[in-house]
Amino acid sequence: MRKAGWAALVFLAAAVGLGFLTLPVVALFTRVPPGELVRLLGNPVVRDAIVVSLKTTLIAQVLILLFGTPLAYLLATRRFPGRQVLVTLVELPLVLPPAVAGIGLLAALGRFGLLGSTLDAFGLRIGFTQTAVVLAVAFVAGPFYVRTAIASFEGVDPNLVAASRTLGAGPARTFFRVALPLAGSGLAAGEALAFARGLGEFGATIMFAGSLQGVTQTLPLAIYAQFEADFDVAVAMGALLVVVSFALLLSLKLVFGWQPSQRTSHSVFARTS
Amino acid sequence: MATLSADFALGLRSYELRLALEVEGVVALVGPSGAGKTTVLGVIAGLIRPDSGRVALDGEVWLDVERGVNRSPEERRVGLVFQEYALFPHLTVRQNVAYSRNGRVDELLERFRISHLAKERPGSLSGGERQRVALARALARDPGVLLLDEPLAALDAHTKASVRAELQQLLHGLDLPTLIVTHDYEDAIALAETVGVLVDGQLRQIGSPEELIARPRDPFVASFTGANLLHGRVEGPADTDGLTTVRLEAGDLVYSTDAAEGEVGVVVHPWDVSLGQVPAEGSALNLLSGEVASVVQVGNRLRVRIGPLTAEVTAASAERLALEPGRTAFASFKATATRLVALS
Repeated sequence: MRKAGWAALVFLAAAVGLGFLTLPVVALFTRVPPGELVRLLGNPVVRDAIVVSLKTTLIAQVLILLFGTPLAYLLATRRFPGRQVLVTLVELPLVLPPAVAGIGLLAALGRFGLLGSTLDAFGLRIGFTQTAVVLAVAFVAGPFYVRTAIASFEGVDPNLVAASRTLGAGPARTFFRVALPLAGSGLAAGEALAFARGLGEFGATIMFAGSLQGVTQTLPLAIYAQFEADFDVAVAMGALLVVVSFALLLSLKLVFGWQPSQRTSHSVFARTS
Repeated sequence: MATLSADFALGLRSYELRLALEVEGVVALVGPSGAGKTTVLGVIAGLIRPDSGRVALDGEVWLDVERGVNRSPEERRVGLVFQEYALFPHLTVRQNVAYSRNGRVDELLERFRISHLAKERPGSLSGGERQRVALARALARDPGVLLLDEPLAALDAHTKASVRAELQQLLHGLDLPTLIVTHDYEDAIALAETVGVLVDGQLRQIGSPEELIARPRDPFVASFTGANLLHGRVEGPADTDGLTTVRLEAGDLVYSTDAAEGEVGVVVHPWDVSLGQVPAEGSALNLLSGEVASVVQVGNRLRVRIGPLTAEVTAASAERLALEPGRTAFASFKATATRLVALS
């Protein structure tokens, strides 16, 4: 009797939790009929927002991969004093309120910011341009990738790296033939997370880039703008983002299964002290 | 043959590793775990940088801390076989062997009898097969030195004997300065001509297996250098008592309760050997006679070298037997205390 009561209690709590988490998502799809949803996506505001979102997110992802991968590799393979502080700094945007990120970006790269006058001298204005959107997305989403990438590179058996070196491969060849393929699935998982986060970026973007239709107005910003103008259009865009995010997360689980890299031996050369 | 010389010092967590070593032919460093054995290989291969010292292969200086020379691992001609082989799990056997981009891949696959595994990944191989792949991969880059880290430790007892015989044959034919580190003294004396005992980063003693067992410098070396190893050949099948007859290189016959065939190593612990002035009587008892070559005190016991054998006896019985160099004595040991290990 007591056992049955306990089971019922756990089941009930779980049902409430599940209901709470899924109800808003379900509501997005029930308010407007599916056919109408697809038609609303043809709205010029929506089309512009999709183009801006895709373009800025893709460019931001390229930047994240290009600069985040070497950063993660160094942080994963080098041991030096202050490393933990550095890793924490890199991870900070994960927990920073997006508004703080936006203010920070303005203070650094805005017209009157830290580097503003330097950029101005080169005729570069970043604030409230598409470049600002890219930078805001990269700043907020980048740490999702870098953090996962550090863990993936740390999971590569140091003996395999050492073996590569003793077999005549230099650091660059070792990176591309051993470290990168073995960390690959982890890197892809991190990249997918960063992509999803970047697509949903709102706070930092609106502060640093504004919300100009066709220029800086991404899907989340367009949802906010349409919230008062045409609620159903906002719902359609919301539904679109839900579908994309769900597909991303699900494929992540199915394709990568979050595997760490395989190990074939103990790490003995990792400790040199 | 080339000579590898390594002379370096490196502060480790609880002791300083200090080593001066000339490797010509096959040398084994043997010691308990944590003695710094793997670190020695890391320093030679360029994976670990010592505080001071020099590593060179003949005239080719790989490391000279004082002169600021420190070649990176890829610029040192070393073939390093890792303890658990460190094969690349995402590459096939062929890709592993071909990793150093040397043209002799097919020849090596053939030589190590792994051609049929060329398309397999390391995960699906047995321990013995992995070792052959690791050796082929290490030799593929034409190393000037071969370094083996616990080459037999990752194998189960069943495969170990045959792999050890194979490895011995291989090393014999390679003509490369080879340094093996192992915690197993028996493996060391089976594979190497010269054995060094490394404890807490210090090389306690280095010499031929016969020297180490007959004249251990301290009690630790004595306790660690466990056993005599005599070479011989099994004569015919086991007799009705279950005893295997082995003819030693010197011509004497000894008996063992172990089953074996072909070339074998006869392993006897010094404390299982009794000494007498007259031949001991008894069935299933092996008997060898010879001149006492040396008597060395180790702790409260004496190590006495007679012919090919070292015996350990108490000081009292040594005195009673009047053992001194030049006198003839009889050594006896039971067939049950006589181990046979397969050699190639």
